[in-house]
Amino acid sequence: MADAAQNHIVGEHPDLLPPKTEVGVWGWMYHNLFSSPLNNFLTFFGLFLIWVTIPPMIDWLFIDADWVGETRDDCGREGACWIYIGVWFKQLMYGRYPDEDLWRINSMYIIGAIGLIWLVWPNLKYKGWIGVFMLFLFPVACYFMFSGGSFGLERIETPLWGGLFLTLVIAVVGIVASLPIGIVLALGRQSKNMPVIRAICVGFIELWRGVPLITVLFMASVMFPLFLPEGMNFDKLIRALVGVMLFSAAYMAEVVRGGLQAIPKGQYEAADSLGLSYWKSMALIVLPQALKIVIPGIVNTFIGLFKDTTLVLIIGLFDFLGMAQAVATNPDWLGFAVEGYVFVAFGFWVFCFGMSRYSQYLEEKLHTGHKR
Amino acid sequence: MAEQSIESSGQDLPAEGLVIGEEEVIKIVDMHKWYGQFHVLKNINLTVHKGERIVICGPSGSGKSTLIRCINRLEEHQRGQIMVEGTELTGDLKHIELIRREVGMVFQHFNLFPHLTVMENLALAPIWVKKMPRRDAEEVAMTYLKRVKIPEQAKKFPGQLSGGQQQRVAIARSLCMNPKIMLFDEPTSALDPEMIKEVLDVMIELAKTGMTMLVVTHEMGFAKTVANRVIFMDEGEIIEENEPEEFFNNAQHDRTKLFLSQILAH
Amino acid sequence: MAADPKQVSADVSVPPSKPAFWNDPAWRAIFFQVLVLVGVVVFAAFLVRNTLHNMESRGISSGFDFLSKTAGFSIGETHFGISYTEENSYGKTFIVGLMNTIWVSMWGVFLATILGFIIGVMRLSTNWLVSKLAMVYIETIRNIPLLLQIFFWYFAILRPLPGPRGSIQLSFPIINFTHLIITVLVSAAAIFLLWWIGVKKRYDADQKAMPLWMLVIASVVTVLIIGNVVSLVTGFGLVAQWNESFFLNNRGLSYPQPIPEEGFAITGWAVAIGVVAAFFVRRWAKKRQDETGEQFPVFLASLGLIIGLPLVIFIFSGLPLHFDYPKLTGFNFTGGSVLTPEFISLLLALSFYTASFIAEIVRAGINAVSHGQTEAARAVGLRANPILRLVIIPQALRVIIPPLTSQYLNLTKNSSLAAAIAYPDIVLVFAGTTLMQTGQAVEIIAMTMAVYLTLSLLISTFMNWYNEKMALVER
Repeated sequence: MADAAQNHIVGEHPDLLPPKTEVGVWGWMYHNLFSSPLNNFLTFFGLFLIWVTIPPMIDWLFIDADWVGETRDDCGREGACWIYIGVWFKQLMYGRYPDEDLWRINSMYIIGAIGLIWLVWPNLKYKGWIGVFMLFLFPVACYFMFSGGSFGLERIETPLWGGLFLTLVIAVVGIVASLPIGIVLALGRQSKNMPVIRAICVGFIELWRGVPLITVLFMASVMFPLFLPEGMNFDKLIRALVGVMLFSAAYMAEVVRGGLQAIPKGQYEAADSLGLSYWKSMALIVLPQALKIVIPGIVNTFIGLFKDTTLVLIIGLFDFLGMAQAVATNPDWLGFAVEGYVFVAFGFWVFCFGMSRYSQYLEEKLHTGHKR
Repeated sequence: MAEQSIESSGQDLPAEGLVIGEEEVIKIVDMHKWYGQFHVLKNINLTVHKGERIVICGPSGSGKSTLIRCINRLEEHQRGQIMVEGTELTGDLKHIELIRREVGMVFQHFNLFPHLTVMENLALAPIWVKKMPRRDAEEVAMTYLKRVKIPEQAKKFPGQLSGGQQQRVAIARSLCMNPKIMLFDEPTSALDPEMIKEVLDVMIELAKTGMTMLVVTHEMGFAKTVANRVIFMDEGEIIEENEPEEFFNNAQHDRTKLFLSQILAH
Repeated sequence: MAADPKQVSADVSVPPSKPAFWNDPAWRAIFFQVLVLVGVVVFAAFLVRNTLHNMESRGISSGFDFLSKTAGFSIGETHFGISYTEENSYGKTFIVGLMNTIWVSMWGVFLATILGFIIGVMRLSTNWLVSKLAMVYIETIRNIPLLLQIFFWYFAILRPLPGPRGSIQLSFPIINFTHLIITVLVSAAAIFLLWWIGVKKRYDADQKAMPLWMLVIASVVTVLIIGNVVSLVTGFGLVAQWNESFFLNNRGLSYPQPIPEEGFAITGWAVAIGVVAAFFVRRWAKKRQDETGEQFPVFLASLGLIIGLPLVIFIFSGLPLHFDYPKLTGFNFTGGSVLTPEFISLLLALSFYTASFIAEIVRAGINAVSHGQTEAARAVGLRANPILRLVIIPQALRVIIPPLTSQYLNLTKNSSLAAAIAYPDIVLVFAGTTLMQTGQAVEIIAMTMAVYLTLSLLISTFMNWYNEKMALVER
């Protein structure tokens, strides 16, 4: 082979195969795992870590786990007792929502899922209409479906709501309601010639961003009753929702502000020169662009909020984690807290990881053309 | 030691008739390089004598940058030999250090350190590599800043300079280590047209001092006036090398002709 | 902007005509602002009126008088040497809660920073496996709610542990210091000799040097041999005695408490002197390098001064420190110190969770320094260590520090989740128990929020200052 290369015609040197250390399995392993003594050590250390953690985990999760059965007595083996999850599955998903009315939640799940997939899927038509439907009509429909009391549906009080269902309700309401408030706050903070409005918005945003959510929830649960006129009272869920909304609106405002600042000055000037009024130029030119840029930021805020909804258990609501916590104290099923936590952790992980990947994908899509 | 050579080279510039020595400062024999499966450099054989000014040109992706980056081992080669100043480039850190002190490099994107002032950029290597006292290092730095004609910018940060000024600072930074060989990796291709000349002028001045230079560039004017040898590369190979006059007027290889016709068309 | 009446200057011969005031943007702005302000004030007045009315009808008096009343409940743990009993006032409760919040946040910040930097650097490792392991850690931990992680540590790991009688024990050897010192000194000399002959001399002579792994093995063997020789000569083993010192059970982790004896103060002073001396050595080394170009191993010297000097003084002043070991008496441990399960769970969860965010910040910070910077530094002949110290770290830190401080703030705010597992932080003891007992919701929530707000404002002031300073330095 060396000879062939030596005797080539100038300009027509054949492509030779690289040395073994460059390509193939060996080349890859050499470059990525064993390129120096330190790397050798790290690789073996990593393998050791995996060997120590993964097999016992797999044993516990799958091989030694109990999968079939109905009662506690069926869980006799070393590993996890998934029967426990199976028995309490309905509670973990829906709380104490009546069995015969679960279709109301499930049907809205399906409609919501279709709408979301439609919005997320690239290159589908009517995205605008679907978006309007999802933002405005869908929440109203959900309200009537979930709480009932009209259209011949039986009324279901919120203390019966729980599990993953409640988590989704709080997170989605929090994010959807906080978006318009956040936009108004962001515009207020950006308004250069109205110092009073600006100050009010800055104060509001910084107040809620500066304190932990748990104090906001405490406030919502103990102070709201004091704020309201005597005799008027809200249910606990509504109070929590208001707290979550105020809190996430402040974060949303900062995200939207980032988008507003990213819009080039020329766009504002162009809108002005077209003779558009402030509100028209915002609504038609600036906000559509700004909101598009900040979708990844909104998704990230949503992930944060989604994880934070677990805090409502501290003020006595039974969300996904709260339900797991509650069923773990059932006297018939003591000792399976770990299974509950693993299940809930997996549930949260799937949602959050999925959303964070989606926001990364969006970011990359938005950045194409701007990158080097 | 450093100061002496600056004075001797700085004060009496030989106006013309640059002498090319017998001494082989770079010798590359049957050198190959791969990026994964991709054979980037094929059978490179090149000998550079002291005082030579070599321009390397060729279409993009032909391996010219990779070639000069192999000379100070920013890239590893996998087969063959590279000898610089009699030292062979291997994985040996000591050899690499030795060679990097002797070989200066100027990058397409300047790569100045943005958190340091121009003066600190220049004095960094003399202080930490040559262990010079700060005052001496700054004196050396000032000498070279004057040489590239921007002594007044010493206290500024790179971000405050124009592209041409930044590239001149980058050249001065390399010169501060008093290298025997200078490598230029497309030094003008990130610059606005009006700034190209100021950088090329500095490079011409440098050539007059007898510096051994390897320049990857598309500036054919520079090649004609300064180079004593032009190398054309394509698809990882050295296709043709010749004196500038022969190279431009009487290219041997079809691919060279095609390349020249494209690049000289406008 | 010509329409703005304030902008019209006197020497313009023909001033632009003014618009009708209802079309003048300046008037519109003022009108709009007044409207909003009035709205806000009316709304606030409405809330205040309701609140006062409601409090009156519930028989709650407003004001901060309650702070001096006796609290009447005890708090599980206090830190920073504060003592607290049931007789103390609500004001003291507030202070204790605040200190407990600071205590757990402080340790959390410390651990999260170390872990976060390690994992962030691992994520950037050229070693594929290490990088992927770091990625798995980051992606797992940051996508699981913090509260769930706290619960996991508390309810799934620490609470189910056996009681004090069945504690998990960790024994530690009591080291014979004379033996240790002799062995260390002799081995150090031997290893130095080994390195000198095997590596340095050969390397300087351009011969093939002894490979690193051989040096490491030879060093270990040397230490073992010398250690045994010392045992033979002195008649003492390295380990004087094994002592059961750490006990992990469902009441927490009991560990030996160091108790300084008379004369320990000298060691304390030595640390202070070491720090000051290290500072001056640094200055001296910089000055000397500026003048002569000679470099000085500042880091090693500082390490020697700050750790070595006190250690030597500690040993020569007759080891004036002993440990109070925890002992099982009856059903519980006496002596030593205890980390409560609440504290451990909260600390671990906060540190692990925040570390996953810090790791990403560190990664982004180092990635923000372009590869060209390293190449340029290499091309002028700098070695790996100075490149890191002079070129990469200063640039990366500018990107890292602002988001890092906001992570510290987040950690502090997240420490309020303590309330869920009854770690007595400010939210639990003040916004929880005290509020429940006194009913002074408005005052208590306001005070609690004020604590966090103050902290946020301090940190954001710092960040603004830092960003401005950095912006000035750069261009």
